[in-house]
Amino acid sequence: MSRAEVFLINGPVLKARPDGNFQMKEAVFVGDDRLIAEVIRLDADAITVQVFEDTTGLSPGVLIAGSGLPLAVELGPGLLGAMFDGIQRPLRAVAGASGDFLGTAVDVPSLDRERQWRYQPVVDEGTEVSGGHCIGEVAETPNLMHRVMIPPDVAGTVVWRAPAGSYCIDTPLAGIRSAQGMVEVSMLSRWPIRVPRPFRQRLALRSPLWTGQRIIDTLYPIAKGGTGAMPGGFGTGKTVLQQTLAKWCDADVIIYIGCGERGNEMAGVLEEFPGLEDPRTGRMLMERTVLIANTSNMPVAAREASIYTGITMGEYFRDQGYDVALFADSISRWAEALREISGRLEELPAEEGYPAYLPSRLAEFFERAGRTKALAGQESSLTVVGTVSPPGGDFSEPVTAHSRRYVKSFLALDRDRAQARFYPAIHPLQSYSEYVTSTAQWWQHHGGVRWAERRERMLALLQEQARLEKMVKIVGRDALPPSQREVLVCAEVTVEGLLRQSAFSHTDRYCAPEKQAAMLGLIDYFTQRAHELVQAGVDPDTLLTLPVVRRLQRMGEDIDNESLADFADLTHALDDALDALASSMQQKSGEQQAVGE
Amino acid sequence: MIDPQRCLFHTGLTSIQGPLIFVRNAQGVGLYERVEVRAMHDDVRLGRVVLIADDKVIVEVFQGTEGLSLGEARVKFLSESILLNVGPSMLGRIYNGVGAPIDGGPEIVARRRLRIDGNAINPVRRVVPREFIETGVAAIDAMNSLVRGQKLPIFSGSGLSHDRLASNIARFSRLRGTQAEKFAVVFAAIGVTFDTAEHFRREMDEYGAMQRIALFLNLASDPSAERLLTPRVALTAAEYLAYEEGRHVLVILTDMTNYCEALREVSSSHGEVPSRKGYPGYMYSDLASIYERAGRISGRPGSITQIPILSMPNDDITHPIPDLSGYITEGQIVLDRELDRRGIFPPIKLLPCLSRLMNHGIGKNMTHVDHPAFAQQLYSSYAQAHHLRLLSSVVGEEGLSAADRQLLRFGERMDDEFIRQDDFRRTLEETFDLGWMLLAELPDEVLVRLSDDQIDEHIKRHRHDS
Repeated sequence: MSRAEVFLINGPVLKARPDGNFQMKEAVFVGDDRLIAEVIRLDADAITVQVFEDTTGLSPGVLIAGSGLPLAVELGPGLLGAMFDGIQRPLRAVAGASGDFLGTAVDVPSLDRERQWRYQPVVDEGTEVSGGHCIGEVAETPNLMHRVMIPPDVAGTVVWRAPAGSYCIDTPLAGIRSAQGMVEVSMLSRWPIRVPRPFRQRLALRSPLWTGQRIIDTLYPIAKGGTGAMPGGFGTGKTVLQQTLAKWCDADVIIYIGCGERGNEMAGVLEEFPGLEDPRTGRMLMERTVLIANTSNMPVAAREASIYTGITMGEYFRDQGYDVALFADSISRWAEALREISGRLEELPAEEGYPAYLPSRLAEFFERAGRTKALAGQESSLTVVGTVSPPGGDFSEPVTAHSRRYVKSFLALDRDRAQARFYPAIHPLQSYSEYVTSTAQWWQHHGGVRWAERRERMLALLQEQARLEKMVKIVGRDALPPSQREVLVCAEVTVEGLLRQSAFSHTDRYCAPEKQAAMLGLIDYFTQRAHELVQAGVDPDTLLTLPVVRRLQRMGEDIDNESLADFADLTHALDDALDALASSMQQKSGEQQAVGE
Repeated sequence: MIDPQRCLFHTGLTSIQGPLIFVRNAQGVGLYERVEVRAMHDDVRLGRVVLIADDKVIVEVFQGTEGLSLGEARVKFLSESILLNVGPSMLGRIYNGVGAPIDGGPEIVARRRLRIDGNAINPVRRVVPREFIETGVAAIDAMNSLVRGQKLPIFSGSGLSHDRLASNIARFSRLRGTQAEKFAVVFAAIGVTFDTAEHFRREMDEYGAMQRIALFLNLASDPSAERLLTPRVALTAAEYLAYEEGRHVLVILTDMTNYCEALREVSSSHGEVPSRKGYPGYMYSDLASIYERAGRISGRPGSITQIPILSMPNDDITHPIPDLSGYITEGQIVLDRELDRRGIFPPIKLLPCLSRLMNHGIGKNMTHVDHPAFAQQLYSSYAQAHHLRLLSSVVGEEGLSAADRQLLRFGERMDDEFIRQDDFRRTLEETFDLGWMLLAELPDEVLVRLSDDQIDEHIKRHRHDS
């Protein structure tokens, strides 16, 4: 193996004189402690590496050993329910080996080698197989059948196969005679993190990633296989929203990456997820989740690697035929890690000190999302949603601006809403989604018959509200004519009744499609009736004092997913109250007419 | 182990630039190793290795390079990280910014020597903070609750009363329903004036709390590079007190703005590419290495709760220092100049305040089952009142409806009665009572964050009373 001798140490960046051949992005090991590092630059007489662990105490003269292979992750049963750091060290096993604090140099494999899994072969000897072909299955959790696949670059005939039984992940389970010779396949495979896994073809996006959050599903859907960004200043609820999506969205597998964020938050996820049930399968949410935690005080180079580690795992489950959703919190911290390493390499900075290749790296990352037909033909998807933490909440900064170029669902979080404890604090007018037309068809089959039309009406209402609010600031609300005050009243009821959703209320935290459709329908109906009444002379502000309108504004929390009949009751109550208002109005105007005569 | 061979003094200085010295012919030196630098008159200064290129080494000197000369300064490499001696009887003492006692008392009997940089807590070993701390400050307890193991900074401005608020919190804080536990305060003064530090010490002394306090002082007159060490030294002491002696430690770091200024100063002397406003691009990670040392660890009895104080330059919350802090800490308490001018203490500006861990520590079996809805409703109505206040300054109060005028009144009473409490402790029950009473002044239709049952239980009672 090639070797190199370190002569420069600058934080996580080392330079060394090579003896032998090194490749770009090759994984290397530093010193006797075998710190994990990666080659990031090659010169005639020096190699530059970034170290993913603490470099305190390193001295010149330390040897770097090459591996000849790019930095890769281990893939196989044991990923689900585990928590890894940015370079896939299993944090539970690390804690077992080195205690409560993260030291350096712990040699534990990413996936447990001792554990045995029940394996069931699904191919016979003599079968012709190629990359992506499933040769056997492992029930990794009661709800997820882990499919053991032929590596993408292998094709040939199954010469022998192991019978059903319990095996460790590195036990060979089948032998394939291929053009390159005999290949043994086990449950364990490896894949370089910076190389997208291959698939047969990309497919058009069709259905939404169901999140159970009204402002997303009803207003700005994210398609399965699509991309989304959630930018917002600190305290606008990015992380809570991201975690809410990770809890309730209808993907089969969740990859949650805490990239440069808080340790207590990851502890929160670890504590909360195992106790929460998936509303669809009734299983614990942790069973479908892989956590990657590289908190803000863990080594910065591993933070840079963490999102690639995560997305490679996501692609692996996608290739097995599952819908995967990946949540990265936060893209900005990843970009900052890139900036920090770039600064140490003394590269010429572009905007705000970020390297000039930031946009292309972002594009590469988001392009790994998609709905695909796998090599073996299964249709599945990988959805990528990232939070963005713009400095000072300024959306014109490079990371937000460039993310915006590559994502199609943009959910802008708004500080004013968050300060009023209005959650989710997504600003309905600054956000957008390009998946509206592709998901409209889906809604037709899920109770939202007139979804597209109602959604558009609602957006127009909110737009008009924003315009009128500006006028109110100048002339006061009372100076507006009733038709305009009607807009304000209807918009307020829409915002409180439909868009506000409590992540901490057991009834409200997950909103099923039928409930969302019913709520949207009811709000739309209220808006129409209000319009008729105001036309007939009712003062719009009296509508707000009706007890039934208060019920309308609280329906998300008061009516649960199973009690759809309550919406019919609420509609009747609304009708009764509004009819009463109308008839009292008629009476009054009748009296006035009588007086006039 | 200190290798005696390596402890020889080097004299091969090639350059001195600001806090950095460049040494030649230094063999086998390790990154971030502790260095002692001596000038002619034998005063020892602390430094650390920050870059190594073959036998050339750059050393960052924390206690200034004034008076050093290329020919005479001597450098000693100690083959170990910067360490702090920790042991029993650390409390009740005063230390300088690098952790040496300066109160005339004896040296600390070292039970352990700990690296001041600490190590990151493995996330799987963390325990989610959820023990509600009653701080006695209504705006915090009711609406931005603090829990053990949290890091909740105070964003302030120069001249505002953040120190008074911090010492009140240190004095009042207690857990509900338990007797006095092993509690300690670690106070790190980072580039503040002697008065500020002395004031805090006197306050604590007056309340007989001095025996539970360790003070680390880097005063405004001390070298600025030393400020990079002070919070780390203080937190190392806190970790010993928490995880080895099992105490619940409240760490007050004031003023983190001075820390960041020192970081910028040292960074620019390295010739690093600056990010926003000249601060280094790694300031986020650097601050995180301080703030993330708050927490609780599974199986260990103590905890570290942090209240860093930072003064926002020009009262600007989007300035990189508060901005990056806000992204790391679990919420923030923001002080406001206008409230301060109106004589309201503590001048807490509620709207931008936040406690992210609040929902873990309040509610059923912890504070009160209706606490979450109560806080939500107070916030929502206060935000409405704030909005109306802006509106009424343009269109006049006459332009508002009757319900709006009620909200406006509610906002004023929140400022004058709820937020204002001067130096008196308020129990959580008193805070709840006051809050429900103020909400009872509002009509049901604006109380949409409360359920009908909550209105019946809490609001009607107060309406009935009045």
